[in-house]
Amino acid sequence: MYKYDSYDQAMVDTRVEEFRDQTRRRLEGKLSEEQFRPLRLMNGLYLQLHAYMLRVAIPYGTLNSAQMHALADIAEKYDRGYGHFTTRQNIQYNWIKLEEAPDLLADLAKVEMHAIQTSGNCIRNISSDHFAGVAADELIDPRPYAELLRQWSSFHPEFSFLPRKFKIAVIAAEKDRAAMKLHDIGIQIVERNGEIGAAFYVGGGMGRTPMIAPCIREFVPLDQLVTYAEACLRVYNRYGRRDTKYKARIKILVHELGAEEYTRQVEEEFTHLLEQGVEPPLAELERIKPYFADPAFETGLPTEIDRSDPDFALWVDTNTHPHKAPGYVSAVISLKPVGGIPGDASTEQMHLMAELSKEYSFDESRVTHTQNIVLPHVKIADLHALWTRLDAAGLGSPNLDTIEDIIACPGLDYCSLANARSIPIAQQISERFAKKGRTQELGELKLKISGCINACGHHHAGHIGILGVDKKGVENYQLLLGGSEAEDTALAKITGRGFDEEGIVNAVETVTDIYLDQREEGERFLDTYRRIGMEPFKEALYGE
Amino acid sequence: MKILTGNDLKSGAVVWWDGTGWSLYVDEAVDVGDRADEIIAREQSARRVNSAYSLDAERDDKGVRPAHIKDRVRALGPTVRPDLTLKPKDPEAMDWVI
Amino acid sequence: MANEVSETDFGTSPDDVQFRFRDDEVADHAQVTVDSFLEQTNAVAVRIEPGDDARDLLPFLDRLQLVEVNFPVFGDGRGYSSARVLREAGYTGELRAVGDIGIDQLAYLRRCGFDAFAPEAALDEEDAQAAFARWDNVYQHAADARRPIPELRHE
Repeated sequence: MYKYDSYDQAMVDTRVEEFRDQTRRRLEGKLSEEQFRPLRLMNGLYLQLHAYMLRVAIPYGTLNSAQMHALADIAEKYDRGYGHFTTRQNIQYNWIKLEEAPDLLADLAKVEMHAIQTSGNCIRNISSDHFAGVAADELIDPRPYAELLRQWSSFHPEFSFLPRKFKIAVIAAEKDRAAMKLHDIGIQIVERNGEIGAAFYVGGGMGRTPMIAPCIREFVPLDQLVTYAEACLRVYNRYGRRDTKYKARIKILVHELGAEEYTRQVEEEFTHLLEQGVEPPLAELERIKPYFADPAFETGLPTEIDRSDPDFALWVDTNTHPHKAPGYVSAVISLKPVGGIPGDASTEQMHLMAELSKEYSFDESRVTHTQNIVLPHVKIADLHALWTRLDAAGLGSPNLDTIEDIIACPGLDYCSLANARSIPIAQQISERFAKKGRTQELGELKLKISGCINACGHHHAGHIGILGVDKKGVENYQLLLGGSEAEDTALAKITGRGFDEEGIVNAVETVTDIYLDQREEGERFLDTYRRIGMEPFKEALYGE
Repeated sequence: MKILTGNDLKSGAVVWWDGTGWSLYVDEAVDVGDRADEIIAREQSARRVNSAYSLDAERDDKGVRPAHIKDRVRALGPTVRPDLTLKPKDPEAMDWVI
Repeated sequence: MANEVSETDFGTSPDDVQFRFRDDEVADHAQVTVDSFLEQTNAVAVRIEPGDDARDLLPFLDRLQLVEVNFPVFGDGRGYSSARVLREAGYTGELRAVGDIGIDQLAYLRRCGFDAFAPEAALDEEDAQAAFARWDNVYQHAADARRPIPELRHE
């Protein structure tokens, strides 16, 4: 794992003092709320429906146990005993007091964490593959590149007042576990003629105008990576629309200019910037890399699993992922207990996950964009002991990538932008399918719920998506089918008129019935949808 | 009736204008008539409240009920965590919100 | 807009400059809009609005003594790019940030090459000096001469 040196620590400490000073000036009245708002947002502090909400960055989703313990302590000391893991590998606290926020940030800084640029019209936390450095199908660990970009983007003087927020994801496998093409910039580390470089996908995103990012360059040499990103951002900062915030994301610029013209402008800027020498020395990348070196894996470990306990066997089948080292797997802790709040973890659960990561996973855990936690390096021989302890704490749900593993935004229960509640819908759906015992039968089924058009719950990218809308002051839910945020990225299509709270849960059951009825051998819900199209589902939902 | 809500500047807590100050309880909200802008301007410049706005509400025999669901959720707390709302022991509190 | 304002009172005057990081005489020239500048051959001071393309000025950098970049609202960050574009092209004259500028923009503006500041509302002197001095180091290259942390690590 990356470790701060004295420079990194000083930057974060300075930020804490800067925010303390900004908060002081707000409380003294030197800053109006209008002036303070973008400043607090650039440090992740929102004013939400009930209180201030703080979003803490977990760069590329990687945590050590001291950091996870610290997140738990913060939940206890400054919040109400829990936190919420988000779709961009961050954690949010819902009940923060403005006057205490600087102290909270100081506590975070002690464990090399921060809330820098977790909101605002700037470059946000860089996200990555939650199996980075572990997955058997990976070219190389993408996190050193993400760390390089984290530093470059932190307090970037030119790009702190962009037209709109800016999200970057970095992966290094053909299999996309980070929704890379739905980011403002998606970077895939690739190999060409034995050389490592980066493919740039620019202009993707969800929100009210979902777009899949086109590839604007297939190969950027590693010693020009930052320069190329800088060129992409400068063209956006200069020409991105600022007349309406709904058209201010880079996806609109790329769409309106056309990918070809945008690319031409980027290449022109890139040529110019190469002469300016803005690239960090390649030695810096080489300095970062060893921090992400493999831990000391043991060899000669058993690879057999005692499957005599069926509950354990089921959990192993659904919640573990192949590891590149023999005798190890990555174990995924589901934060989606049946009827629970997707992504929430209590202080006690965070402490437990921290302890387990230390005991069983070389002191490391990961946050996934599906709001779960990964223990990346678990010995197969330790799995039963691990599962036993997770299960006792309500963290052993065997439902990864199933219909119970729902992504849901906080919705109208917490969010001031929301039009409808998301969490109760997720709770009812997982309860319905768990009660019917149909979860496993349905197999991989990615269901994603957003409480408004901003799409924090990724509804456009769900095999089944649900969008909450406000219909004359009453919550209403639209159903979408056929989305994907994996390497076969696709945008879901709306089925037709919306449903009320009970209706939407029934509608989800209806479309899964069609799938079960029509599926062919080996087909997932998404595959069946792609083969048979929207019509049979519409027919079942709305009849004639 | 027109009532006022906002957040306490320091703590962020949801508060309602009760005629003399800001209360945590929506039932204590008073009709401000056409004085909303004036009160908001004065209270915000005194930094007693943040992001205040006025909204429609009705008073019935149980209390003050904001017209829009978003403000009713604000008035109570997250519907999915009754333990964190202002009425953790009232099983009917939720019926009033939705 | 500019054609409704007489050229003599367009832009800020030296008196409006609250912070300046140059030793030369403060340029006291009437400024013109970018469009006007491109039409005349003798202007030595120009004012850039957010929608203007700073690159239009590049052929004339030698004769420019003052470029004023306006920030009508602080959240519109195009002026940061305008400034860097000019500095990267070799402009060495005064680069003055004017308009809706607060304490918390100063360090970023400075790094993008601004060396004079004329905020429309005067800033608290002490808070401003603290903001200019806050960051001992920086992570990336910009228009100032500061060596970023990734380079300092490998000296």
